[in-house]
Amino acid sequence: MNIFYKINNLSFKAQKYVFFLFIIVFSIGIVEALVLSPADYKQSDSVRIMYVHVPSAWTSVGIFSVIAILSLGNLIFKNKYFLTIAKSLAPSGLIFNIIALVTGAIWGRPTWGTWWAWDARITSMLVLCIFYILYILSWRVFENKESVNKITSVISILGLINLPIIKFSVEWWTTLHQPASITLSGSSIHSSMLLPLFIMTAAFVLFSVLIFLMKYNTELIKIKNKGLDRI
Amino acid sequence: MTIEIISMNGYGLYVWSSFIFTLTSFFALYHVIKIQLKKEQEKFKAKYFDLTEEKTESVKKQKTYKEILAFTNISKI
Repeated sequence: MNIFYKINNLSFKAQKYVFFLFIIVFSIGIVEALVLSPADYKQSDSVRIMYVHVPSAWTSVGIFSVIAILSLGNLIFKNKYFLTIAKSLAPSGLIFNIIALVTGAIWGRPTWGTWWAWDARITSMLVLCIFYILYILSWRVFENKESVNKITSVISILGLINLPIIKFSVEWWTTLHQPASITLSGSSIHSSMLLPLFIMTAAFVLFSVLIFLMKYNTELIKIKNKGLDRI
Repeated sequence: MTIEIISMNGYGLYVWSSFIFTLTSFFALYHVIKIQLKKEQEKFKAKYFDLTEEKTESVKKQKTYKEILAFTNISKI
């Protein structure tokens, strides 16, 4: 059986299970983040913003990477399912990007004394947000299937160039934003703060999976609606 | 304890507004996507009920349609 048919069948069944799993993980994450985790010795309780800011930034960058890879895959293999999956991932990616920008601004006020700075990390995240908006708008604006496939693929592949800039901006330029605290070689964050951070990341990933499944099912029913017209 | 959690050592406004914004965004996105899904399901239902018996049988045999029918709780008696 084709793998995409398996995904189609699974997507309908998985939706409610993912929803309940998300509620459980998110509830644990919220309690950990707001009550159980300690305050930072320098930033005090404002550090708790990290538990929504960092996972949303990670998820948003991760989703765009997947969208770009799928778009590249579509250009090479000409498979319509790649684009349907990519299109279904975009809304949650955009929301996480907006959450990262807004919570970053809120965190910036008590930490840096300003809501916004044209800092390399913040600006590159704003550029990513623009790419997300362009990507989603293209699906709405262009009606010709061939054109929309090409345009959305080009936007996501161009946006891919921005991802290493986001990642390394804090090393390449002098920025207000702090360098990465979690790297492949280790973490400078204490385990009492790492645990809620990872739980919240898991919850955010589950939420994006839930939205993806709902959007993918919508797209699938849309395609099948057109199929019913032809029967 | 409750006052401590609310005030967050003077950072309550920043912390709570971040979490409330996140929750509101989640709720809004979930709601919008759910409306879109319901709309397509309703369209599917309407088109499905318009099909002739013969066409309905051919639709039922296809795997993806079967899943949609189960998902949308459609039963054509």
